[in-house]
Amino acid sequence: MALKTEPFILNVGPQHPSTHGVFRMRVTLDGEVVVDVEPVIGYLHRGIEKLAESRTYTQIIPLTDRLDYLASMTNNFGYVLAVEKLAGIKAPERAEYLRIIMAELMRISSHLMAVGFFLNDLGAMMTPVLYMWREREKIMDLFEMVCGQRLTYNYMRIGGVSHDIPEEFLPALKRFIAEMPKFIDEYEQLLSENEILLARTKGVGVLPREMAINIGASGPVLRASGVKWDIRKADPYSIYDRFDFEVPVGTIGDCYDRYWVRIQEMRQSVRIVEQAIKQLPRGEICARVAQPLRLPAGEVYGHIEAPKGELGFYLVSDNSIAPYRFHVRPPTLINLTALKDMVVGWKIADLIVIFGSIDVCLGEIDR
Amino acid sequence: MTISLDCERVAKRLSQEFPGSVLAVEKPAIVLEIERLREVAEFLKTSPEFELDYLANLTAVDYLDYFEVVYHLVSLTHNHGLMLKVRCYERTKPMVPSVVDVWRAADFQEREVYDLMGIVFKGHPNLKRLFLWEGFEGHPLRKDYL
Repeated sequence: MALKTEPFILNVGPQHPSTHGVFRMRVTLDGEVVVDVEPVIGYLHRGIEKLAESRTYTQIIPLTDRLDYLASMTNNFGYVLAVEKLAGIKAPERAEYLRIIMAELMRISSHLMAVGFFLNDLGAMMTPVLYMWREREKIMDLFEMVCGQRLTYNYMRIGGVSHDIPEEFLPALKRFIAEMPKFIDEYEQLLSENEILLARTKGVGVLPREMAINIGASGPVLRASGVKWDIRKADPYSIYDRFDFEVPVGTIGDCYDRYWVRIQEMRQSVRIVEQAIKQLPRGEICARVAQPLRLPAGEVYGHIEAPKGELGFYLVSDNSIAPYRFHVRPPTLINLTALKDMVVGWKIADLIVIFGSIDVCLGEIDR
Repeated sequence: MTISLDCERVAKRLSQEFPGSVLAVEKPAIVLEIERLREVAEFLKTSPEFELDYLANLTAVDYLDYFEVVYHLVSLTHNHGLMLKVRCYERTKPMVPSVVDVWRAADFQEREVYDLMGIVFKGHPNLKRLFLWEGFEGHPLRKDYL
């Protein structure tokens, strides 16, 4: 007797621990095998782009904190750089260095979360993530010292930063930077050659190089597919051209490569912070900027290498105190374009792993 | 450093290849004739002199008289960039050709523009609202919405 089968539709999320926020996947399954997946998003849509049109340029900074809330510093950074580019404002040297230090600490913190939760998705429930959180906690403490906040920092300003670092910051930062490489070694010892991790991630969810470029992937997802493209090198902004660091790239673009690229990027970020501490000059921390700021009529597209990829801000100004149009190019939304191609044919347990390896943040996807 | 391509030069080259395709050069962007967008996009992506294989950003702006769709293109090989624009003067049902089959990066971004700005992308394989629910009335990012 021939057995009849039929496809099964399963909703993963929006309320599900492995969707990293309110993300929903409408998955069509044939037994355990994924045959189709449709991402359904918008559960966290707050209309940030519309809200920004009725706020002054300075008032928008806290809105950007709420995009990728695991990397608020870099969101601040990208936004103020775009405004400065259009206004022709130059931040003082010390502010530029402080920004770089914060942005790279933020990258380490974001990658720690990405790798930790990726292991969670693999079924290593909570143990690896607690190792990662041990170090992330120290970064949070450092940020708390400079701006009093642990998640939404609102630290950068147009023309500089809001506070100079307190006395106790540099010693704590130096201590952290000195011990961080050992911690990264520890993660690698525990994970990089772990048999289960290798079995579950090697060759899984491959994103080929050509497809990665065509879908506009960016950040670790693009680099894992073997494309050496990092905006800090390709189109240096702020003072990134003064630092010596490498751009790690993967080979085939599977889940393991994406994991590996993030681990290596943390090492490079440590290197950048080390150099920045050595070069950190004294002086002003913020340029004099008229309040409320009026930008010259025109438009600008500013982009930076955020931890999750290319974070772009497209601003149109009509010479009033609020932007005429404020658009965010969210890296993780665009990285998700090829989700279907990456997961079809894999089992449902792999779907969670592949999705986890992209490292999304719904605050930024939905805006 | 990503070099911005010289708009005048690119516009001249495009006019040679596709007469009438360039409407204006407004630095730093080239404004294209809406019906010619697809062939120009295909050419810019594939021709070896430009090789603009990476669509970094796609968005739209409502200027009340017209909608403007903006494309930020980058070549990862040559490390140069170009900004394209098309303008649509229709308000009730603005239509712009989709570029999804040239750069798949446009997939979600065109859906987002459709959702929030109400521009219909002809030829998009799955043009549904992205953030708001089916049945939502209006397009919030339009200037006359609120």
